[in-house]
Amino acid sequence: MIYLDHNATTPLLPEVREAMLPWLGPHYGNPSSVHRAGRLARQAIDTAREQVAALVGAQPGELIFTSGGTEANNLALGLADSLAGPLITSGTEHSAVLEPAIARRQAGRQVVILPVDREGRLSPEDLAQALRPGALVSLMWANNETGVIHDLARLGGLARQAGAIVHSDAVQAAGKLAIDFAGAEVDLLSLSAHKIYGPKGVGALLRRRSVALPPMQRGGGHEHHLRAGTENLAGIVGFGVAAEQAAARRERRAAHARALRGQLEAGLQAMPQISIVAPGAPRVDNTCQFIVAGFHSEALLMALDRRDIAVASGSACHAGTGKPTHVLLAMGYDEAAAHGAIRVSIGEQNSSRDIDDFLAALRDILHQPRPAFAAGLFGA
Amino acid sequence: MIYLDYAATAPMREDAIEAMRRCLGADAQFANPSSYHAPGQAAAQLVEQARERFAALIGAQPGEIIWTSGATEANNMALLGGAAFHKDRGRRIALARTEHKSVLDPCRQLAGQGFKLDWLDTDSEGRIPPEAVESALKDDSLLLSAMLVNNETGVVQNIPEMAGLCAERGVLLHVDAAQALGKLPLDCQRWEVSMMSFSAHKFGGPKGVGALYLRGKPPVRVQPLVFGGGQERGLRSGTLAVHQIVGMVRAAELAEAARESEFQRLAGLRQRLWKSLREALPRIRLNGSEGAQSPHVLNVSFEGVDGEALRADLTGLAVSSGSACTSEQAESSYVLRAMGRSDALADASLRFSFGWPTTEKDIAEAARQVIATVRRLRALAPDWEEAA
Repeated sequence: MIYLDHNATTPLLPEVREAMLPWLGPHYGNPSSVHRAGRLARQAIDTAREQVAALVGAQPGELIFTSGGTEANNLALGLADSLAGPLITSGTEHSAVLEPAIARRQAGRQVVILPVDREGRLSPEDLAQALRPGALVSLMWANNETGVIHDLARLGGLARQAGAIVHSDAVQAAGKLAIDFAGAEVDLLSLSAHKIYGPKGVGALLRRRSVALPPMQRGGGHEHHLRAGTENLAGIVGFGVAAEQAAARRERRAAHARALRGQLEAGLQAMPQISIVAPGAPRVDNTCQFIVAGFHSEALLMALDRRDIAVASGSACHAGTGKPTHVLLAMGYDEAAAHGAIRVSIGEQNSSRDIDDFLAALRDILHQPRPAFAAGLFGA
Repeated sequence: MIYLDYAATAPMREDAIEAMRRCLGADAQFANPSSYHAPGQAAAQLVEQARERFAALIGAQPGEIIWTSGATEANNMALLGGAAFHKDRGRRIALARTEHKSVLDPCRQLAGQGFKLDWLDTDSEGRIPPEAVESALKDDSLLLSAMLVNNETGVVQNIPEMAGLCAERGVLLHVDAAQALGKLPLDCQRWEVSMMSFSAHKFGGPKGVGALYLRGKPPVRVQPLVFGGGQERGLRSGTLAVHQIVGMVRAAELAEAARESEFQRLAGLRQRLWKSLREALPRIRLNGSEGAQSPHVLNVSFEGVDGEALRADLTGLAVSSGSACTSEQAESSYVLRAMGRSDALADASLRFSFGWPTTEKDIAEAARQVIATVRRLRALAPDWEEAA
């Protein structure tokens, strides 16, 4: 299998798996217990807290472990309920930000969803106009579908100067871009372990100590009273090691992804029916989304799948719904074009050969006579 | 170190670890179960098989199971989400003070949002008598929340009886069963409970995963607390942790398969420990109910000793004063105080809890250490009298 869907999830690194196993086996204490078995577990969590915080230049005391990026985003957006100003976000955010925002709009809160341009970029003027004191601004660091990077230094700075609190979903940016929470123009930052070769079911929210966050899940004093529940011990240990590896390998991974994406996009540009999404915007190195004119991505995904190639159209969360991705619609693509989107997301195990094979398979599929192609797809 | 704190958490069963390993790593089934491609669908299939198998163990349908990050999340979802969805049916919630914090805290939050809490009094053994339920349930009661097995005392509530009382009055029943799976038989369908919460790490599964049973017929609904990609029918968004789910279900199957024999074995160990302590030490008190008791917990109060000193001196023994979730707070057990124990007695208590690895030798050694330590502390106390 050629796996080119690393923005959906990544395989565990062997180092991460090895680090987790003792915490599934012999070291099973409850980190809240005061006896030795409990203290050992507590220390392992503290180490992981330092490792994850270090990946994004934060202090360990600023980190709250959660069950994943979705929970971290929901926890962060809960802050809007205790602020007087609007909740401001953009149309290309992940559904784990947009859906809690929409739920709040339905509950009568003021929610502003800012437009983006054809390359997924937000205009600072639009943001400035929407800003009010007591606002919560949530803008993702890098987009999961297009890879487009928001200029948070500028946008976040603008918002904070206006008295807003800034949250950024950095699930797709951590480990790919250098992030320095201490110096960044954000107050809250969401992370997920399984996007950086760590385990599923664990994530984190970083929070400046000055931000008073209401808890979402109650019942026990875990995570500074901000997130109750017995900690996912092995998951957190795995997250820590994955973060440590991500910090150590970040530049190497980025260079590797950059080279392979260059190869991929050179091949795609030779195909007349293909246009790359947001080629002029700054993007994370591993992500390339493109539109295949006249094709439906579900058909393409199936055809690629039969050739043992795993890619996506957009977010895994929307797979199989039959709806085009909201990200491309927000960028001004029409439904027909958005229906033809394919996302390739490169990981550290991919090779130049994988890209060649993918391009060859795509060429082959696109060159098939259409009726035969459709017949093969639908089993007619 | 003898570990007798299985109610706080238990080691994983080897088979469950093996099941998890098959989903961990590049050579494993690591894909995102929401993905459209073949590896994603293979991961989704693992999740759905696990759902079917877990449902079968608890007398439920697969569509009635929502995966969560643990019992705390399941309890929060049931109470906050259930109350929010069904608020037009009533604004009163009945519960006992002996519930776990992950039930008490969300209920207290609801109390701040206009809900009224009706407290159920327990007897001195920690049981909720049916009369207490009958008098607590009012015309505008929405929900009763009760734990099947208490985490500090092991006391078992009569859930089928409560379910009957709730059904007669159209009140929803939520059951926190975090301590129950593998100890008692569970049958969600027949008991007519509305919602039931589970935690994997109490029965040999991994930490960080649990489930909420949500009755399908008649349908019990909850408002989601977490929004996003729409996983779990939109009720609980977030990428499913496949390895955690398969580990949980494998452990549940093993715990259930051994349930009856383990019940007998642990009941024997518990009886033996209690007998050893009672025969050697005067003025100790059992916190539990011999008529309705899970055999994996023995909670004992020791008159005339300082609880903190007692736990600090038992260096060879991993036991607790009560819930691990409240162990960072210095106050004595609110569960024991709700059962009528004095502060001093509640403070001077130990919770011993047993699991499948516990042996007779562990019990004998634990008894020896506790007896020696209590005797020494009592000898040091200026005002101790053996026969009070």
